[in-house]
Amino acid sequence: MNELFSSIFSVNFGFAILRVMTPLLFPAMGIAVSTMAGSQNIAMEGSMLIAAFFGVIVGAFTGSLWLALLAGIAAGVLLCMILGYFHLKLKADIFLSAVALNMFASGMTIFLLFMITGDKGSTSSLNSPVFPNLTIPLINKIPVLGGILSGHNILTYVALISVFLFYILMFKTPFGLRIRAVGQNPHAAESVGINVNRTKMYALMLSGALAALGGLYLSMGYVSWFSRDMTAGRGFIAIAAATLGGMMPLGTMLSSLFFALVSAVAIYIASLNIPSELIQLIPYLVTVVALAVFSGRAIKRKKEKEIEADKELETEKDE
Amino acid sequence: MSNNILEMNEIFKVYPEGVIANRNVSMDVQENSIHALVGENGAGKSTLMKVLFGITPFQGGSIVYKGQEVSFSNPREAIAAGIGMVHQHLMLAPDLTVAENLILGMEPRKGKFFLDSVEAEKICRDASEKYGLAVPPEKKIKDLPIGVRQRVEILKALARNAEILILDEPTAVLTPQETEVLFKTLDGLKGAGKTIIFITHKLSEVTRVADRITVMRDAKDITTRGMEGLDEEKIASLMVGRDIRTERIAPPDSIGAAKLSVRDLRYTDADGVEALKGVDLDIRAGEILGIAGVEGNGQSELAEIIAGLISPESGTVTLDGESLLNLTPREVRESGIAHIPEDRMENGVAEVATIEENLIVDRYYKDKYSSRGRLNWKFITDKSKDLIERFNILAKNSKSNVGFLSGGNIQKVVVARELTSNPEVIIASQPTRGVDIGSEELIHNLLKEARDEGKGVFLISADLDEVLKLSNRVIVFYDGQITAHFEDASKVKDVDLGPYMLGLKKEEAASGKMDS
Amino acid sequence: MEKWILKYFTLIRVMIALIIGVAVTILMIYLISEYPGESLKYFFTGPLASKGRLFNIFEMAAPMIFCGVAIAVSFQADQFNLGAEGSFVIAAAVGTAFAVSTNMPAFIHIPLVLIVAGVTGAVWSLVPGILKAKWKASELVSSLMMNYVAFYFSLFLINSYFRDKDAGFLVSLRLPETALFAQFIPGTRMHFGIILAVIVAIAAYYFLYHTTSGYEFRQTGYNKKFARFGGINIIKVIIMSQVLLGFIAGVGGMSEVMGIHGRFLWQAPHGYGWDGIIVAIIGRSHPILIIFSSLLLAYLRVGGQVLNLMGDVPAELVNVIQALIILLITAEAFLGQWKYRITRRQAEKEEAAK
Repeated sequence: MNELFSSIFSVNFGFAILRVMTPLLFPAMGIAVSTMAGSQNIAMEGSMLIAAFFGVIVGAFTGSLWLALLAGIAAGVLLCMILGYFHLKLKADIFLSAVALNMFASGMTIFLLFMITGDKGSTSSLNSPVFPNLTIPLINKIPVLGGILSGHNILTYVALISVFLFYILMFKTPFGLRIRAVGQNPHAAESVGINVNRTKMYALMLSGALAALGGLYLSMGYVSWFSRDMTAGRGFIAIAAATLGGMMPLGTMLSSLFFALVSAVAIYIASLNIPSELIQLIPYLVTVVALAVFSGRAIKRKKEKEIEADKELETEKDE
Repeated sequence: MSNNILEMNEIFKVYPEGVIANRNVSMDVQENSIHALVGENGAGKSTLMKVLFGITPFQGGSIVYKGQEVSFSNPREAIAAGIGMVHQHLMLAPDLTVAENLILGMEPRKGKFFLDSVEAEKICRDASEKYGLAVPPEKKIKDLPIGVRQRVEILKALARNAEILILDEPTAVLTPQETEVLFKTLDGLKGAGKTIIFITHKLSEVTRVADRITVMRDAKDITTRGMEGLDEEKIASLMVGRDIRTERIAPPDSIGAAKLSVRDLRYTDADGVEALKGVDLDIRAGEILGIAGVEGNGQSELAEIIAGLISPESGTVTLDGESLLNLTPREVRESGIAHIPEDRMENGVAEVATIEENLIVDRYYKDKYSSRGRLNWKFITDKSKDLIERFNILAKNSKSNVGFLSGGNIQKVVVARELTSNPEVIIASQPTRGVDIGSEELIHNLLKEARDEGKGVFLISADLDEVLKLSNRVIVFYDGQITAHFEDASKVKDVDLGPYMLGLKKEEAASGKMDS
Repeated sequence: MEKWILKYFTLIRVMIALIIGVAVTILMIYLISEYPGESLKYFFTGPLASKGRLFNIFEMAAPMIFCGVAIAVSFQADQFNLGAEGSFVIAAAVGTAFAVSTNMPAFIHIPLVLIVAGVTGAVWSLVPGILKAKWKASELVSSLMMNYVAFYFSLFLINSYFRDKDAGFLVSLRLPETALFAQFIPGTRMHFGIILAVIVAIAAYYFLYHTTSGYEFRQTGYNKKFARFGGINIIKVIIMSQVLLGFIAGVGGMSEVMGIHGRFLWQAPHGYGWDGIIVAIIGRSHPILIIFSSLLLAYLRVGGQVLNLMGDVPAELVNVIQALIILLITAEAFLGQWKYRITRRQAEKEEAAK
């Protein structure tokens, strides 16, 4: 038990949490963006997968990290544009279409994997580049914190920065304002000349790019290969994380951190006699509880507002 | 006239289902005036403005704006040309602030990419001051009462340099105090050189603020003129008076005791508007009690409360002495209430279901329709065929989808179901709206039949012809209260009802009670 | 002719989607395979070539039918609960635990185990149901999450208490003979569960279209306001639909254990729930059609397997095609222009006839 505690409160553990958090945070932000625009995109899983794959392939064949990055993002964005086309133009249900695209990505990546490498398991036969780890000067000298924060893959820092960027984009730019308006009341947006469908498409593309970064991290950072279905449901956990975080940047980051924490603990705990499976289900269970509390509060708040309105009317009459 | 900012000439508009909403309507609006557009529901005034604003296309006529012929294919173009519209259902983003809603689509920027929220609030404050409309720039829309929200909407239009401001029934959701504030605002706007068109059916407002008026009736324009010499009564008669004599059905043979009684019913809706302010009425067996009134004065809420779909704040509703409140919709139905809803597509039918399925929703669990949980389709089909014949529903067979039927036939499905549910009291809300003449006749006959069978019929209709044709007793609803009670409808003419419907006259302590 | 097209438009749209799917399959095999002719034969005729393969289709279709029907029942009441996977697996786990720990003659054991599994699945689905009914919480999110909870909890249960220490992998103890479905056709794995699946589908059809409760489900799905207006208890419908979903999926999960594997052996989510969604969409939430769409999907999957084995095209081709088919089917406006033109022409004809 002592061993466990010393492991958990170790610098390594703190470091591990941030590592595990990265491929959760990216798709979670993707969900938050698309939900803010009123078109929740649950094809994060598929976008991540397809980006992870194409990043590795292009990286292996061109040797260029930049091209790999571009290819991965393009793949993720393209998948979400297809979603956008089917949902916005052809009026397909956005959830069912996303489900279909996730299946598509899973099948297509294994399919192409086999075609290109002859292996259905992974691309380990290929030599694919990885994104570098960064040591941050000064920070890395700080005791404890330095060990936790410095030395991560560059994409981890990108993820953390993107939370901030997400906040800035959504709340400090006209683009973000329009996205939020479209999500809250499309009629309001239309009445001032905003093209609702185009805005939603942009949001979907942005979510695709974010998911892509998460996928690229998996296959070119976390590990250095693509393996089938390597996203392992992170795209769906992201829905939970974003929901728990109220679709807001800070909240999403904190809940992603929470999920990462629990996942990391599970890895460490495997050595102990506490069944890891029980640890692993905690984040999901917590989400369900949080969802219940969240929704319950929303209903209570609505009832309170009605009572408030009544009171207002009464006092107005007296005036 | 050279100082007409807007001329609508011979506008002809027909909806895809064949309903003619505007029949060669002409209206000219002088610059810098407050122009009232009045008429009953269905007269065509909202449609006329939707045509102007580019929401819906028109088939004939022309629009001349500032001397040029125009035709807007969408609101964006209308806005760009300087026409702004404040709709009845406000178009604001609830979780954004007032300032953000105001500058949406024309956001002030800091650098190329950033939103200048300080500037946005400044723009909001400046507009607020300029037009005398106090709004809190930093507050979110969802935290504001509806009167303030409306002000934001108006400011939104003004901030986009609207020269003509169209307001669609603006005072429907306002308290009297807020209404007065609005009027002061409108006066101010006129002073600032704006032109205002406002759609309303409340005559007191017309005389209070309008310079000129256009009256519409039955998709036609009756007159467009200045307000000199017009008083509320004259306007009312223009709005409501008809050349068509109302035939009436034969009066009831015998009327029984009060079946349904409503006492002191009060209801406040989700927006905080008091829709019912203490209503008393009785419906007796064997009579048709008509409620005359422009829509939105509480009749819908009354119907829904009696049918068990919403709960009142206070008051009682009893059927043969037993309370109907706090019962489920099914329990209310089983007590003997049938309801022909005013929105048949929303509540009355399931479009994608078959006629049969629609006909049995209130009785599928009863004897013969099903036994021990198993539906008896043979019986259901036979019964449905029977109803289709009896009620003259034009359908290929009982298993076709309701959605394929015309409006009139869909209504007949609803009526067929409701009238055969063995009710004691029937609430008929706008029973012949959007229905062809033949079906209308049929439905009227059916209501008369129901009455003659000893049922109590509660007829809510914005169509005065209908009310006077069928009812033996009429009450008038205005602003959540009963303003008149005519115990003998045969002596009433539609012009008599007009003033009460429009809030001009009010009987002292009027109620629909029949204490005898 | 055109009137007929309008009437069955949705069905026609589905058929066209399927045809396009098949066409794209053929195209892709043609492009990819070194010997396309052979490959096409493997794919399309492979599943029918041997007894084993043919019955493989039925075996594979069984869990699809169960999950598809479960989801269809929920969809018909307009509930978007994706929790079939969760109910499937936890019911299998609990059912396995029960089967392994109890002893009784087969004719009691089998139905009892199935009931235990069904009830487990039903209770599991209650969570999203109650959350939705009481607090309007999204059943999509809650059911997806519960799937994970179900999976990990099942693993916990089996790995901690019912693990077969002698087996090489992490699997449960083998079920006693009295709790197994016999595989009654030698050379295949045909088991009673497949028959059960069809029976359940027929029962679900009967339920939805011939009982009062089923009627309530469907009207609620068509128009909730109308259902309430007519007197139907919406809350009851929402909860009941979730319970039924869970029960059917649960029976399906246990059936798979009892018929094919003889033990609980899933260490990773298998995706039965997703398969259920696919066949429910293709089968338009109609239980009888779902039997056929399951057979179709199973046929395609087996075809893919044969192709994979004998040819040079990976089986995942099928996953790609099924995604395309679903996309086309859910795109309401797919072929919308065509439908609009026909509708206009019909309306004009009727006007002229007047």
